[in-house]
Amino acid sequence: MAEELKKVVLDYVTKEYLEDDSEPITYDTPLISGGIVDSFSMVSLKRFLENRYQIQIPDDQATPEAFDSVNKIVKLVEEFVAKKK
Amino acid sequence: MAYSDKVRGIYQGQLTGIREAGLLKQERFIHSPQAADIEVEFPEGSPLKKVINMCSNNYLGLSSHPDVVKAAHEGLDTRGYGMSSVRFICGTQDIHHQLEEGVTRFLGTEDTLLFPSCMDANAGVFEAVLTKDDVIISDRLVHASLVDGIRLCSAMHDTFKHSDMGHLEEKLQLHADKRLKIVVTDGVFSMDGDTAKLDEMVALCEKYDAMILVDDSHASGFIGKTGRGTHEKCGVLGKIDVITTTFGKALGGASGGCVSGRRELVEMCRQRARPYLFSNTIAPVVVSGVLKVMDILSKSTERRDKLERNAAYWRKGLTEAGFVLKDGDTPIVPVMFFNAKLSQDFSRALYDEGIYAIGFFFPVVPQGQARIRTQISAGHETHHLDAALAAFTKVGKKFDILGKTKQDIIAKFGL
Repeated sequence: MAEELKKVVLDYVTKEYLEDDSEPITYDTPLISGGIVDSFSMVSLKRFLENRYQIQIPDDQATPEAFDSVNKIVKLVEEFVAKKK
Repeated sequence: MAYSDKVRGIYQGQLTGIREAGLLKQERFIHSPQAADIEVEFPEGSPLKKVINMCSNNYLGLSSHPDVVKAAHEGLDTRGYGMSSVRFICGTQDIHHQLEEGVTRFLGTEDTLLFPSCMDANAGVFEAVLTKDDVIISDRLVHASLVDGIRLCSAMHDTFKHSDMGHLEEKLQLHADKRLKIVVTDGVFSMDGDTAKLDEMVALCEKYDAMILVDDSHASGFIGKTGRGTHEKCGVLGKIDVITTTFGKALGGASGGCVSGRRELVEMCRQRARPYLFSNTIAPVVVSGVLKVMDILSKSTERRDKLERNAAYWRKGLTEAGFVLKDGDTPIVPVMFFNAKLSQDFSRALYDEGIYAIGFFFPVVPQGQARIRTQISAGHETHHLDAALAAFTKVGKKFDILGKTKQDIIAKFGL
């Protein structure tokens, strides 16, 4: 699942937050601390992931640190998907 | 001593950092009433210089209009200077109520509530009408005061790409489960001068059962055939649920703002909006001036018609001279320089030529989007615009940017 999830998150972040002339991002690009995603706009990514993977990420765990790169987001989502099982 | 050398040093360090980054804001002292022709002391201590003002929000040229000044004097004489109270204790006069009724008629809404400023209106409106069960979906380029108001509210907040209706629709679908949804936008965007697609936004809001709030501060009084605002221009009069706007720009330019819209929403602001509850409202002298402004605008569209002609003349002149402009048809005409230092140097050179126009750069505008935002007024005569065009052209030749593309300018000056 990890590879598919990584691609889904990367595609979403690229489509949602990057402008047409932006530099492409990698799985480790700092998203929030790097100024690509502001903490306001993070909400759509969180809701997108919750809807797609049928999970609930509590607000106190959806921190800017936990959402700061594609790899970190994937780790968080995998934890909640595992708990669901 | 609480304000120790250590504490002072922290702030001095921060200010030094701002200065060294070239981001220090400095005021220029104007020694005359606000108008097309002003007298300015800059830098501080310099002799006064007569310049043409090309960067005020005095869109209709009413800031120093003799009838408005006279009405303000009369208001001062008949209603006094201050109220020394918030509205709901003993701070409401008959003229406050008259102005609210006048604004309601002018904007074509159901009700209106005055605030000390539009900044305060935007700070108060969201928390007054929304809860944590609701969602706010805002354009990514909305004014800072809307961002602050949204931050003060417990509702969920999401954004959509600037004027991207497909993206807005995705967000309305994503948040379909929320109790209430409200879409938020500027009517005219202050830094780019473009207009929100209110007709399309209203259609989407109707489709997805969402409300819409528009900050029309850079539109009220002059956008639309009779100056009602962006909702008139887009053909959606009566369909905007909340309009926030200011009296500090076209409508006399002194101060004050309001929330105008659906009766229940306005009443919720009267009950719950903290800047309304815990601050004095607009002073009687200003209310009297704005009442005269509303009277002038209700009788004639002459001033907004002149403004429209002036803006078209200015935009055409700059285009023919070879500047890169942001597209649009409002009196906000941004001249693009991309490089921050170039925008500052150009602004300073214009000042030497007798033209007052300020350069904006990051973080006020996005990185690499530095510009001089020119703003046209009905107070400008053709000779003002011709003089400003001559100065822009002269300085443009000096920096060798006339007829150059964005890529040319970036290649020459960097980003």
